Amino acid sequence: MSSTFSWLNDPDNWHGADGILSRVGEHLQYSAIALGIGAVIAFPLGLLIGHTRRGSWLVSAANALRALPTIGLLVLLYVIIAPQIHGRGNAVYLIPTEIVLVLLAIPPILANTYAGVQNVDPAVRDAATGMGMTGGQVLGRVELPNALPLIFSGLRSATLQVIATATIAAYIGLGGLGRFVYDGQASQDFAQRTSGAILVAALAVVVDFVLATVQRYAVSRGVSGRFSRRAAGPADALGANVAQVEVAAG
Amino acid sequence: MTSGRMTPAGTLADSNSSPLKLFSYFSQNRSEVLSWLGYHAWLSALPVLAGLLIALPLGYVARRYRWIYPPMVTLTGLLYTIPSIALFVAMPGILGTQILDPINVAVALTVYTVALLVRVVADGLGAVPEDVSQAATAMGYTRFQRLLRVELPISIPVITAGLRVAAVSNVSLVAVAGTIGVPELGQLFSNGFQLSVDGPYYPPIALGLVLCVLLALAFDGVILLANRAATPWRRVASAR
Repeated sequence: MSSTFSWLNDPDNWHGADGILSRVGEHLQYSAIALGIGAVIAFPLGLLIGHTRRGSWLVSAANALRALPTIGLLVLLYVIIAPQIHGRGNAVYLIPTEIVLVLLAIPPILANTYAGVQNVDPAVRDAATGMGMTGGQVLGRVELPNALPLIFSGLRSATLQVIATATIAAYIGLGGLGRFVYDGQASQDFAQRTSGAILVAALAVVVDFVLATVQRYAVSRGVSGRFSRRAAGPADALGANVAQVEVAAG
Repeated sequence: MTSGRMTPAGTLADSNSSPLKLFSYFSQNRSEVLSWLGYHAWLSALPVLAGLLIALPLGYVARRYRWIYPPMVTLTGLLYTIPSIALFVAMPGILGTQILDPINVAVALTVYTVALLVRVVADGLGAVPEDVSQAATAMGYTRFQRLLRVELPISIPVITAGLRVAAVSNVSLVAVAGTIGVPELGQLFSNGFQLSVDGPYYPPIALGLVLCVLLALAFDGVILLANRAATPWRRVASAR
């Protein structure tokens, strides 16, 4: 453990092209691309399925994808793509990695957006329609704000999974924090391997904290009940969580 | 690792490297692949059982003493942020085991399963209708009898949903440990990766994917059957 501590404390390990700082940058870059693409696909789809209540089989189908082992898919895509691309920098590693990470990001965002919209109290929805709102207005002004807590929890769990899994990109030869884990493993460098592990976990915690802060300010207080201490208790979170797990298992 | 190389990757590579050759790859490396499959099944299933056994009392405590619930959920959420590969390689430092010891994988996955299930168990117990619990109390059940005979059975469907997520994701996570050399189906992916240096060699990769998906489906089926057997009243209700 002390060797890990001194590895992390060595300034030489922090700077340079293969230092911790640039690896963190790479790791964040791979994760952000995947989460961006995944959200652009899954978020509108989840809103649509939740609002129209049609096509929920798509959510189950996306969930079934989780049974595919990530590492196997990564190797398969790499082996397929590698002969097609020559001499384009690290595109040959980046493309398979991003495909795998996008597939990982879609199910939680899709399932939670769908569940969030679908779980909106029917009385609230009816009231909105009764006030003369159109379908789009009901979705944008009523269903979306009410669904935000669940949508954020989907986005956060997608982010955690993507950051955690971006580590294995190093297995096929990409950069990122996984480099320390796999290079340390290859050279029997215990300190480097463990430091890599700690750094990924720390990065995941920090990014999750940032998203939690964004969520705090993005979610209406009328929905989160943050102005009253009692309303935010477990009783409220309960129904939503149960629904979330059931949807996740689809 | 070694026997996979027996297949020549030379001039015959094109016809031999088709993904459909996974069957001949399997018969050529039968004993090795079967032992990996056995390890893989064991390493995915054991943590689910151990995790459930640990999560049941923890979930109950989180439900019984409400103030424990928020810190418990936050703590288990934090455990989930640790990447699987990171936990696998950090385990030897914590447990004092060898890096390739399968125990590392089993313990790491148990941690994830507990992290997932504590919340599910607490929420499942919390979703038991209040009047049902009161009826049980009125019939003279002690707190423990009520938990065992009324509240736990009613939460089975919710706990089942959590178990399915845990089992399926465990199958995928176990495969990751293959990339650092732990013997299980992930080895097929490392094998395929190493044999694809001179051009794609699909059979081990395809075989690994197929076996992993079949294993996940099998676990899912077993859990669903167990759920069905444990909740006979739901069948009666839906038959009407």
